[in-house]
Amino acid sequence: MIRSRFALACLFALASCSGIQTPLAPAGEQAASQYSLFVLMLWVCGFVYVLVLGFLALAVSRVMRGAAADPVLDAPDRGLHRSLWVWAGIILIGLSVLAGGSFLVDRSLAAAQAREALEVRVTAHQWWWRIAYRDPATGGWVETANELHLPAGRTARIALGSADVIHSFWVPNVAGKMDVIPGRANAIDVTPHRLGWFRGQCAEFCGTQHAKMAFDVKVDTPAEFAAWLAAQARPAAALADTVAARGMQVVTQGQCAACHVVRGTAAAGRAGPDLTHVGTRRSIAAGLLPMNRGNLQGWIAQPQALKPGTMMPTVTLEPADADAAAHYLETLK
Amino acid sequence: MSADAAATALRRTQLDVAWRDAGGVWGFLTTVDHKRIAARYIVTTMFLLFLAGMLAMDMRLQLSAPGLNRMGPQLYNESFALHGSTMLFLVSVPVMEAMALWLVPLMLGQRNMAFPRLAAFSYWLYLGGVLMLWLPHALGITPDLGWFEYPPLSGPAYSPGHRADIWAQMITFTEVAALAASVNVAITILKLRPPGMTLAKMPLFLWAMLVASLMTIFALPAVMLATSMLIADRLVATHFFSTAGGGDALLFQHLYWFFGHPEVYIIFIPAVGFVSAIVETFSRRPISGYSAMVLSVLAIGVLAFGLWVHHMFAVGLPRLGNDFYTAASMTIALPAGIQIFCWIATIWSGKPRMATPLLWVIGFIVTFVIGGLSGIMTASAPLDLQLTDTYFIVAHFHYVLVGGAIFPLLGAFCYWYPKATGRLMSERIGVIAFALIVGGFNIGFFPMHILGLMGMPRRVYTYPADMGWGALNMLATIGSAIAVIGGLVFVANALWSFWRGAPAGADPWGGPTLEWACPSPPPAYNFDLTPAVHSITPLWEGERIAYTGIAADRRELLVTSVGEAKPIYRQNSVGPSIWPLVSALCTTALFVGSIFTPWALVWGALPVAVALTCWFWPTRERARTGPLRSRR
Repeated sequence: MIRSRFALACLFALASCSGIQTPLAPAGEQAASQYSLFVLMLWVCGFVYVLVLGFLALAVSRVMRGAAADPVLDAPDRGLHRSLWVWAGIILIGLSVLAGGSFLVDRSLAAAQAREALEVRVTAHQWWWRIAYRDPATGGWVETANELHLPAGRTARIALGSADVIHSFWVPNVAGKMDVIPGRANAIDVTPHRLGWFRGQCAEFCGTQHAKMAFDVKVDTPAEFAAWLAAQARPAAALADTVAARGMQVVTQGQCAACHVVRGTAAAGRAGPDLTHVGTRRSIAAGLLPMNRGNLQGWIAQPQALKPGTMMPTVTLEPADADAAAHYLETLK
Repeated sequence: MSADAAATALRRTQLDVAWRDAGGVWGFLTTVDHKRIAARYIVTTMFLLFLAGMLAMDMRLQLSAPGLNRMGPQLYNESFALHGSTMLFLVSVPVMEAMALWLVPLMLGQRNMAFPRLAAFSYWLYLGGVLMLWLPHALGITPDLGWFEYPPLSGPAYSPGHRADIWAQMITFTEVAALAASVNVAITILKLRPPGMTLAKMPLFLWAMLVASLMTIFALPAVMLATSMLIADRLVATHFFSTAGGGDALLFQHLYWFFGHPEVYIIFIPAVGFVSAIVETFSRRPISGYSAMVLSVLAIGVLAFGLWVHHMFAVGLPRLGNDFYTAASMTIALPAGIQIFCWIATIWSGKPRMATPLLWVIGFIVTFVIGGLSGIMTASAPLDLQLTDTYFIVAHFHYVLVGGAIFPLLGAFCYWYPKATGRLMSERIGVIAFALIVGGFNIGFFPMHILGLMGMPRRVYTYPADMGWGALNMLATIGSAIAVIGGLVFVANALWSFWRGAPAGADPWGGPTLEWACPSPPPAYNFDLTPAVHSITPLWEGERIAYTGIAADRRELLVTSVGEAKPIYRQNSVGPSIWPLVSALCTTALFVGSIFTPWALVWGALPVAVALTCWFWPTRERARTGPLRSRR
């Protein structure tokens, strides 16, 4: 285990991989069992490959130079036939080990369903993620977008729905993927155990901006998670200053409100992501840009330049209004 | 001049007159010579391979560094859709059929295919499919949803316009063409074998082509059904795949992969035939474990239909099914492993001699086995949930399809090139091309395994810098570029050798099978006399048996029984005709029209019926020549 960790570290260093979106650095029970299966596969398949190459090298070493020899028409096959049976036996044993391991891991993925699970709803849209939690206080649904928070050590059952076409929900550090298919009630159980930030991404081609349909994943301690969820359940924060007040007017009474909701204000559109606590998120536009005032302004002014094809229309605003709107959104903590 | 020599000269003249095509353009349009049709097929596929390779290079450049903007998402999506569709539907499957069209009659000692006009029709319709995809591309109407266009994304709601229709109808074209070619190949192998070539004495190449053809016949209707239902959804608002209308999006995936997985073996099994032929000739001994090889090819042909669900592990099907399909998919490793063993054992126990075709076989084994082993990993349902739709899969299927089919194909080109052209390819340049292609491919595609494990999904036109995928992507681009340069060297070698290569003679490699008994390049009638055989390697046994009683002054073929290859009767073989081309044109009009209006199916059927009536208008006479007998 230590050696494989070391090899992993070397691999990441070599490739300067960030390690936040990879099945090779498991942070959840499901990903961990898939990873161990992968290591088993690697050993068995590596062994077989070395066998084949060795055998091939020995055969090729018998290659002769010069003119073609007369054909051997009565070549002895008996020894070779016996070794063919041995070879078939090796393959069968290898396959049985791998199929058995695969079966056991599949059971363990299914086993999570039995436990009491946190209920999370994820709805995939072209090209962003709507995420909803059950509010423990009221029992209603609390919405957010493009940022999934999960408590460590507890299984979350993520119910997957699609608003349009087929997508695939994938947070490789935590678990494998599950397709999100219109008309089907798919769900995936995930049990994260390592704290930190991870990244998920759509894994089924879903149209123009399939490449830019990511989301952040934060594994919290249970206490942090409860506090975060309680904060998300509250309506939008109070206005910080006069610029924010102007920004609020722009956002909640202008075009933004047609598609976005800011709970506690007049903005109640449903087509786009919930912005009630957009300021708390780590990134905007489905993992496209880090959250800050400048990026918000850029995104409002030129969404088609940053993410060509996005459903977010270009909203023409006076520079001062754009700045105010960005400032307002940034303060929506 | 002795009486024998005079008779031979007369027979050759008669044969030449009977089998000759008309000259010029008319001859080009009407020919039913299997060699000319196959050559046409091969040249077309090679040209498309070049175009698809250029698309791939374009995409590799776009991905060589994070955040590049040299391609926008639309162009990138069009590029991979066009690359995948071209490679799978217009290159890989047709080129294997073309090799069969060219080689099967020669290996059977026959003068033509069982259905010569069907072969011509197949090519013209295939060409229609090529134009169906690439002419709209030239006009900027390119399908942009990949090589499997899943609804609802490809449905009327999310893909307005005609991009998806063009893709779906291109499939109809190529599948009708492929079915025509496969029926032809299967019947030719079953009914036109030389007397004495029982099923148990059939070269492995013919077994491979027979199994691949039968698989095509069983697999392709599923995809034609799926795409026709998609067109119906789009054109006349049926609801096969729309959830809101009571349809099921997954139905498309089931139908598609019921074809899509056998498709991979339809491409791979002919390669098994190439490799077996090459290994046999260059090891100077009959293949070791012939029965095991035949059984493994048959086993793959059957198993291939029982594991399509491994493309759908992530869609949320019941877990019991997952376990079944995992086991079924892994089982393929057994016959494939046995084949690898038999080839290596043949080299081992023979008197191997190195030449470029055998070099390609070695490159094939080294590369393809990696693809097979990564296939076992993806066959595991729980592990596949991490691997599917990532670059690991991109690496896997390129190892299987390029390593497993294209490398043997290039080896087969080198091997049969002297037979087709009468000239040898340069061995030295051949080795350079081999090193560049195999080396470049492995440098380019091995890193993709790691990229997939580092979390890079498929079909993304760009990626952020902080994911750390840049270095390996750059390596992948460099490797692909090396392989493309190697491909150009290979083509240059083929062209140069065509005019300047050393004369090959009938049998430059000392091959065991019948195609090496006719002159290189073969005349229009292929064989002077119709041969019969006693063994599986007739040329090595020194067999020279001919069947007489088959007409030389008109087109006639010897038909034998399916199992024991006993001569049954002589069949008139039809001559050149324009009607296959006219029928293909009428069918094309029907197919293209049906994108726009369902009435095209009704009115378009009339010209097709007329063309087919003319095609099949009876012109045959009864055979008049003497009884069938064999002579030494």
